[in-house]
Formats: sequence, C-alpha cells, structure tokens
Amino acid sequence: MNRFRRANRAAILASVAASFALVAPAAAQETFKLGIVTFLSGPAADSFGVPARNGAQFVIDQLNKGAAPSPYEKVGFGGIKVEPVIIDENGGATKQVQELRNLYQRDNVDVVLGYIGSGDCLAVAPIAEELKKMLVLMDCGTPRIFEDAKYNYVFRTAAHATMDNVGLIRYMKAKNIKMTTLSAINQDYAWGQDSRADFVAAAEQLYPGVKLQTDLLPKFGAGQYGTEISALVGAGSDVVYSSLWGGDLQAFVLQSAPRGLPKRSQLVFSAADHVLPPLGDKMPDGTIIGARGAYGLMSQKSPLNDWLFKGYEAANGVYPVQASYRMTQAILGLKAAVEKAMAKNGGKKPSTDEMVAAMTGLEWQTPGGLIQMKLADGHQAIQPIAFSRTKYNPDLKRVDLVDIQYFAAECVNPPPGVKAIDWIKGGMQGAKCD
Amino acid sequence: MNFFLTIVLDGLIQASWLFVVALGLTLVFGVLKILNIAHGSFYALGAYIAATVVTMVAARSLPPSVGFVAMLLAVAMIASAVGWLLERGLLKMFYGRDEVVLLLVTYAVFLIMEDVTKLIWGVNPIYATQPYELFGNLEFAGLYYVGYDLVLIPISAAIGFAIWFGLNRTVIGKIVLAVIHNEEMSLSMGVRVNRVYAIAFAFGVLLAALAGALTAPKISMQPGLSSDVIILSFAIVVIGGLGSVEGAAVGALLVGLARAASVHLMPQAELFVIYLIMAVVLMFRPEGLFKRETARRI
Repeated sequence: MNRFRRANRAAILASVAASFALVAPAAAQETFKLGIVTFLSGPAADSFGVPARNGAQFVIDQLNKGAAPSPYEKVGFGGIKVEPVIIDENGGATKQVQELRNLYQRDNVDVVLGYIGSGDCLAVAPIAEELKKMLVLMDCGTPRIFEDAKYNYVFRTAAHATMDNVGLIRYMKAKNIKMTTLSAINQDYAWGQDSRADFVAAAEQLYPGVKLQTDLLPKFGAGQYGTEISALVGAGSDVVYSSLWGGDLQAFVLQSAPRGLPKRSQLVFSAADHVLPPLGDKMPDGTIIGARGAYGLMSQKSPLNDWLFKGYEAANGVYPVQASYRMTQAILGLKAAVEKAMAKNGGKKPSTDEMVAAMTGLEWQTPGGLIQMKLADGHQAIQPIAFSRTKYNPDLKRVDLVDIQYFAAECVNPPPGVKAIDWIKGGMQGAKCD
Repeated sequence: MNFFLTIVLDGLIQASWLFVVALGLTLVFGVLKILNIAHGSFYALGAYIAATVVTMVAARSLPPSVGFVAMLLAVAMIASAVGWLLERGLLKMFYGRDEVVLLLVTYAVFLIMEDVTKLIWGVNPIYATQPYELFGNLEFAGLYYVGYDLVLIPISAAIGFAIWFGLNRTVIGKIVLAVIHNEEMSLSMGVRVNRVYAIAFAFGVLLAALAGALTAPKISMQPGLSSDVIILSFAIVVIGGLGSVEGAAVGALLVGLARAASVHLMPQAELFVIYLIMAVVLMFRPEGLFKRETARRI
C-alpha cells in the first residue's frame, strides 16, 4: 500500500514537473500576435495585396531573425518574436468588420495592421475604437478617416491621397507642363472621387483658370474604356489625369495608347508605379507617374532601402512597389512604438494603451524616408513623395523612371488641424517646399 | 456631326460584343426556359482561354493572326464541350422541377466557375494584346480607332445573321423553334427534345465564350469579369424580350448607344441610363420589345 502511495506520489510529482517543463518554454516563447489584412484575391490582389503580403513576410522574417539593419536590429518587437495571422481583405466592408472582430476576439491578436481599400478602412476604424483595440491602417488613401471622425486606437502610418495629388501638381509646375485644359478619369468610389477632388482643387491653385473638360467616373472594374477614350481624345485636353490603379489602369493604358491619347494629351497618373512591371513597353514614354511615396524605382539610397529593395527582390523575383513599402513602414512603425513602450514599462510586453501612447506622434525612419505622425493629434502620418516620367529601357526590358523629383512631407501634406480640401482651396498655406 | 458619329461608332463597338453575349443568354432561355446566371462565367472562361492560347502562340514567335484564329478555335471547342457536359451531366437532372431550382443550380455553377477560374488562372490580371494590333488603326471622325474594335461590328453582325438564318431557314432551326413554341407537341411529333436542349445550351455557352474571346485582346482579365457582363446582358435581354434574337440585337444597340451617349454628354448617368431604358420598356411592354404575348396553356 505504502509502496503504491509512494509510487502514486512520485507519478503526481513527475506529472507536475513535466507540466512545468512544458509551461516554462511556452512562457519563454511568448509571441506578439499581429493580424495582417491585405487583398489575397480580387482585383486589388496583384497590384497591392500580394506585394503587401510579400513585404510583410520579408520584414517579419528578417525581424524575427534579428537581421534587419539599424535601428531595427533587435529581434522581433523588443525581443518578442512576431507571429503573423494573415487574412484576405477581399469580400467587402461588411465582411471585413466581422473579420476584424474575429481577429481581436477569437484569434486574440495584439494589434491588427493592414487595409488597402478606402471603404474597408472607413468601415473597420469605428469597430477597433469600440473594442478599444489598436488598429494600424497601412495604405488606404481617403483623407476622410481622421477628417470625419476622431479615434484614439486607430493610426494610419502612410500619408493620405492629398499628398499624391498636391505633389503631382507641384511636379507638373516644376517641370513646366502646360495645362490650360484638363480632363480626368477616375473610379467611382471613395479613392477615385477624393483623388479627383484634390487634384482639381490643387490644379485651380497652381494653374489659375485651368478648364476642366471631360470628367469621367467609370465604375470600379469597368475593364473596357473605348467610349471614355473617345471622349478624352475628342476633348484634346492638355493633360489627362487619372488615379486608376491595378487591372483598370492596365486596361486603360492598353486601350488608350493605340488610339493616340498619349500623343494628344500629357498623361499624369497619381499612383502607377505598380503597373510598370506588367505593362513593360506598353506604358507610353513620358507619362508622369507617382508611387504614393518615394518608393520602388523612385526610392532614395539608404541602408534601410538597400535592405528592403535587394532582400525583397531576391525573395520574390521582382522589385518592391508602393504596397510593399507601405507595409514595411507600418510594421517598422509598430516595432518602434512597441519598443518605445517597453523602454518605459521595464521591458514587459506592452498593453494596448501603452502601445497607443507610444505610437501617438511617433517618428521613425523607413526605406521610403522619415514617417511623422503629425496629423489627427498624432494618429495620421505625413511622409515625403517622389514623381517622375516613364522611359522604356529595351536593354533591361523594363520601364525606367527619369526626371525624378522629391517633395518634402510638409510641402505636400496639409498642416495639423486643417481639412485637406480646405487647405488646398485656401492656397496650401504654410507649405514648406524649400 | 462628327460628335454624333463618334457616339454612334462607340455605341456600335460596345453593342457588338454585348450582342453576342446576350444572344447566347436569350437562346438558352428561349429553348430551355433557364435564366442562366452562370452565363457571364462562360464569357470569362472564353476570355481566359483566349489569353492562354494567344500567349502560347506568341511564345512560339508566330504571327498575331495565328493567335487570333487559334484562340477562336480553341474557345469554340472547349466551350461547346463544357456546355454539352454541363447540360447532360447536371442540368438535365433538374428538368421538370420548379424554375427557381434551375436558377439556383446555374447560380451554383456561377460560384463554382468563379473559383475554378481563380484556381487555374490565379487572381492576378492577365492580358494578351497581340491580336489587338492585327488590324491597325483607322482615323474616323477626327479620332483614331483601333481596327480590331471596328472589326468586332461585322463579326457580331455575321454571328447574329447566322443564328437568325439557322433558326429560320434550316430544318434544324425549325426543329429548335418548334421546341421553343411547344415542347410537348414537338415530343409527340418525334423530335428528340433532350438533344435539342443539349445543343441549344452548348451553343449558348459557345456564344458567351466567343464574346469573351473576341474582347480578350483588349481587356485585362481579372476575377469579377463575369458578374459585370451578366448584369449588362440581363438588361439587354429584358429590354429586347427573353428568347428573341431580334430583341437581343435591338437591346444591345439601345444599351450600347445609350451608354456611349451618356459618357459623352452626361458621364454621371452612365449606369443609370441603361436601367432607365429597361424600366421604361418594362413599364410599357413587360414582355420586352420583341417578345409576343402568348396564351397560357391549361
């Protein structure tokens, strides 16, 4: 009996010891669970979603290995390895609201980071606020996120679409592009309409008396632009502006080039870097393009940029474009905020409120330049931007970018406390362009 | 005058490929009484197959004309086979049941085809533009038009005429018309109605896929292609009258011209104008412009 009791006690002790042995390494391997939302299917996947996902995988892998350059050499986030949970943004705003709740409440992620579609950003931001969970918007363009509402738990780590359009007009002015007449073609949803409004307003400031001729808003995913191209060629404006992107932009370029639109009008595209690799020699030479930042072929040399550009290219076989850069700057910004919060709390994994406090008003270096959370009480980023012209390089069989010009963040973004459209219509007062 | 001609030409180009899609939809409805929700998916299937064939031909450095002919042949063969197999393997199991059941079956096919397309061709936009340069550019009304776009007009007209001729001037066509008018009577006269069903469905799929192939060289193929097309072609057949070839032609012309006029004159109303025409037609002729009212059999 005694022997049995001893044996029983020994078994209990052994199981307790074994369970401690199991628990101890688990505690040591505490991770930072990061929900990542990006388009893995649908029309935005190729141009934005997949490059963003590839960017996230590259950066997280590098951070977890401690292989990123200074000042991001610490493993993961402050020594805690990052565990990504990647989900598809495709399916509409209603689905995204549910997916966001699932990420926070079912998957218990520490932070959700992502979102490309403006409609999705507008839908999910109030949900994060309601749940008091941190949300980092990494790409969507509409200025309305923080202009129509105030959030404590929501951040956007990239500049909104105003920068793309103000910068584009400043570039055209700097390069003496003649524009007495203007036509526009943009998609009929938040991104297209907001971009169009900003560009037209900025054009009226720097090109007084400019006349808007044909103003087209085809639906998203229209695919065939024959009639629209007739209207644009028929108008014969000095400049044709577009914020089309992805498959729509590719289709528009493919259909408009043989019909002589690029010969009749100067084409200016606010966000077209991502279609250069697939279009190749189909992209007309001399087209003025933006990349929503100083990204990709327009990026400036730095150790951080070399790390991303070369590492991403080696991993994926293509160079990184805007979505990869924007994902990278969002993850690096979150890392900086987490490590800032850990420096304050004695090195523990920070709470949501500690991360929110650290992220507010933060500044950090990225491959695309310095990001500053200067707008919306420290929740909205501003950043520098570049524009250029296209020129096909037959030797390398790729489109090169020439005539690159950079604009400082405070030259192309509104100052704090002013609505973007009011700032533009008021003559872009306070812009620092020197 | 030039402005008016531009609208007409743009409208005709738009109407040309829409007519071919709508023709397939209206033919299937006329014979099988199925409102085929998956019709747009066959358009997308045709476009994707065409892009694959054109890319393969271009990779062998063969001229674009070879790619153009090869894509049409490949699409015709594959689409006919897919149509025949779907009708024999799936749809015929549901004949005699409520029309809503068949509608749901075609909706299921639409969903399956969407995912099959993604599995085979992925989610990234693909394009194959070589045949688009085949017919050069032409100057008309002060504007450059791509010859390929203009060639689509006579091709669609020829397809429409062939279908009309086949239905009205050949024995097989008259058998099909007999099935359209009275299936039971045709059966009692010895017509193999099931075979007519299979042929009509395969032909409907072929027309949708052919329209997809014809438009493939000028568009960027990406997921979602099918849903846009099915909405427009439904509007066309509702305007023209379900089951009417002439109706599909007039419906496509009205939609094409209205859309072109709207883009040139009032771009904000581009989509609204199509549904406005549909609403007006339904108000005054609920059966569509060309469908005759029929007495209900008891």
